[in-house]
Amino acid sequence: MSSVVDPFNKFSYMESGSQRQHFSPYADNGGSVVAIAGEDYAIIAADTRLSSGFSIYTREQSKLFQLSEKTILGCSGCWCDTLTLTRVLDARMQMYYHEHQKLMETPAVAQMLSTMLYYKRFFPYYVSNILAGLDGEGKGCVYSYDPIGHCEKSYFRAGGSAGALLQPLLDNQIGFHNMEKVTVAPVPVEKALAILKDGFISAAERDIYTGDSILIKIITKDGIKDESFQLRKD
Amino acid sequence: MACGTPHDMFSANPLWHNGPIPGGFYNFPGSKTAPLYSGAQRFHTPVTTGTSVLAIKCDGGVVIAADILGSYGSLARFRDLHRVHKINENTVLGVSGDYADFQHLQQIIEQKVISEQCLDDGFALKPRSLLCWLTRHLYYRRSRYDPLWTNFIVGGIQDGQPFLGTVDKLGTAYEDDHIATGYGAYIALPVMRDELAKAKQSGQPISKEDACKVLERCMTVLFFRDARSFPKYEMITLTEEGYEHHGTKTVKANWEIAHMVKGY
Amino acid sequence: MSSIGTGYDLSASQFSPDGRVFQVEYAHKAVENSGTVIGLRGKDGVVFAVEKLVTSKLYEPGANKRVFNIDTHVGMAVSGLISDARQIVETARSEAANYRAQYGTNIPLKYLNDRVSMYMHAYTLYSAVRPFGCSVIMGSYEADGPVMYMIDPSGVSYGYYGCAIGKAKQAAKTEIEKLKLADLSCKELVKEAARIIYMVHDELKDKQFELELSWVGQLSEGRHERVPPTVFAEAEKAARAAMEDESDSDTDEM
Repeated sequence: MSSVVDPFNKFSYMESGSQRQHFSPYADNGGSVVAIAGEDYAIIAADTRLSSGFSIYTREQSKLFQLSEKTILGCSGCWCDTLTLTRVLDARMQMYYHEHQKLMETPAVAQMLSTMLYYKRFFPYYVSNILAGLDGEGKGCVYSYDPIGHCEKSYFRAGGSAGALLQPLLDNQIGFHNMEKVTVAPVPVEKALAILKDGFISAAERDIYTGDSILIKIITKDGIKDESFQLRKD
Repeated sequence: MACGTPHDMFSANPLWHNGPIPGGFYNFPGSKTAPLYSGAQRFHTPVTTGTSVLAIKCDGGVVIAADILGSYGSLARFRDLHRVHKINENTVLGVSGDYADFQHLQQIIEQKVISEQCLDDGFALKPRSLLCWLTRHLYYRRSRYDPLWTNFIVGGIQDGQPFLGTVDKLGTAYEDDHIATGYGAYIALPVMRDELAKAKQSGQPISKEDACKVLERCMTVLFFRDARSFPKYEMITLTEEGYEHHGTKTVKANWEIAHMVKGY
Repeated sequence: MSSIGTGYDLSASQFSPDGRVFQVEYAHKAVENSGTVIGLRGKDGVVFAVEKLVTSKLYEPGANKRVFNIDTHVGMAVSGLISDARQIVETARSEAANYRAQYGTNIPLKYLNDRVSMYMHAYTLYSAVRPFGCSVIMGSYEADGPVMYMIDPSGVSYGYYGCAIGKAKQAAKTEIEKLKLADLSCKELVKEAARIIYMVHDELKDKQFELELSWVGQLSEGRHERVPPTVFAEAEKAARAAMEDESDSDTDEM
């Protein structure tokens, strides 16, 4: 657009009329997601603030999507893409269920999500996805993605607007990275929850797109337990 | 290079450089007749626009308000433009942004309502369904790089509960118990949040009358600060008792001290 | 009908030597096997009444309705093959919707009738298709009063004050002719319509039927709708009473 002369700005009679406005199909609506997997559980949490620029759209938007009894997806980034992606995902889950007469297992969902994201490689869903759940053996697992479908399996992951603030804490406290004289062992669920909450409290201090409250979902073989936790609201 | 006619330093000034090319069509802003814009990106920009819409949930319903101005850029062009519409007995729709885009959608929605009535099965379009449909439609258009430059607020009663949701031109949609579009998001929303927080503290949901008062205050503040606003506005409530149009109200502004302001 | 068969009835695109299109005539037969449907145009609106034959007790009440909304202001009552009729209803609905999208107003019934007639007529012209086995009556209440049209399977249509299609159309027409249609209001017409349907119903051949009543007029503020339950009950009751009286007088004569 820069190399062409804009005929509408040349003459004064246009100036009081309408103005040309920029359009971008993407928005950054913020939000952070953290997931931690243990031996027999998986926790996934997301803050509930939905914002754009300097305004907060709503303080109570869940960014966690339950795909099955054992699988939950956390999304942050472009909210309109999140809405669309999760809607298609729900439909795919249902189609799988009716075709196979069984729920899709977490690793299968993980692969399908990767494929669905890559399908839109050249007009991507601008969403940072973290998938948490129990695998076929009942062990906790976490999968994280980039917007175009790169997928990595891990045991703890932070993503979204405060991903860079939260991840180092998890590396240290859950992954025991670069620590000496520690016994590397899976963290119990109570410890994971405490670290997760502390992480969000800290992230909310520095990231304006993270705050208000968090929703936590704890997935075990007995089902999914919901918890919520208040954060600063400014 | 105005309007496709070659014009450089060697040629004389255009014959009539303050209007359309003689014998040519008036190049409406954003129209495809402008040859320089026949490139890859051809999305339009808003022309006749409406500013903020405000809405809150109250005890047993919703209140929604918007002024009645259709702006043409900075020109206050249409001064009786209704931006809050009744869709059916349990749904209202408020719109800000491009009014033509809205009318295009309104036509489709009206036909949806009629088709629904024709089915004669006793069901009607519900507010949540309308919001979902709008979301899908706007997302579809943004994905085609041909967005409808609008921002909607859908209010209503669904399954006996008040409903309030919004969607913007990208298809960004959410529900809340207080929503404002446009400048209202910056100016009115804090006021509304404050009032609702007070109501929450008292343990009582805000009454319809109080909700109307809050919006009246917000519309006044908006009129003072939003340059694209207008003193006349509509307020509509939708509760279990039904739809109620509170008429066109006027912001009570006091200009008595205006003559004392000096130095501009 | 010595010419039945003889090879000229296999296609809608072929005339018989004496200038008839048998497929269309057979389509008329399909309508004549169906329940009676009447339309009455009074001074302040149009009333439809349908004798919907119920061929099995296993059907839910209210299934396979024969009165349809086309737009807010247009109603259609159909006789003949219900599945054929539903396609006509869909066509009419999309015509009405298109008109509204183009011009922003209600479609005038005259124009809608033209369009639907043309559509039905088109199905009498080609060998690849068969005509619609149904007749439809459309009614509306417009600025200059009530209007009503009836279209038959050939695609021919006329405007009517009163019309009847289906099994007992002759008997129904005789009854309708006795009415002073131009003076009657919708409220009165509903009762007459219900009475006629009850009267022409053949209890020996078709045991069960459901009455359908709808109107479009001043009373309904120009909207086509099924008559309110109270009005319906009243009309049905009066129709039953009229039948009783008649059978009483019959026995008296004997």
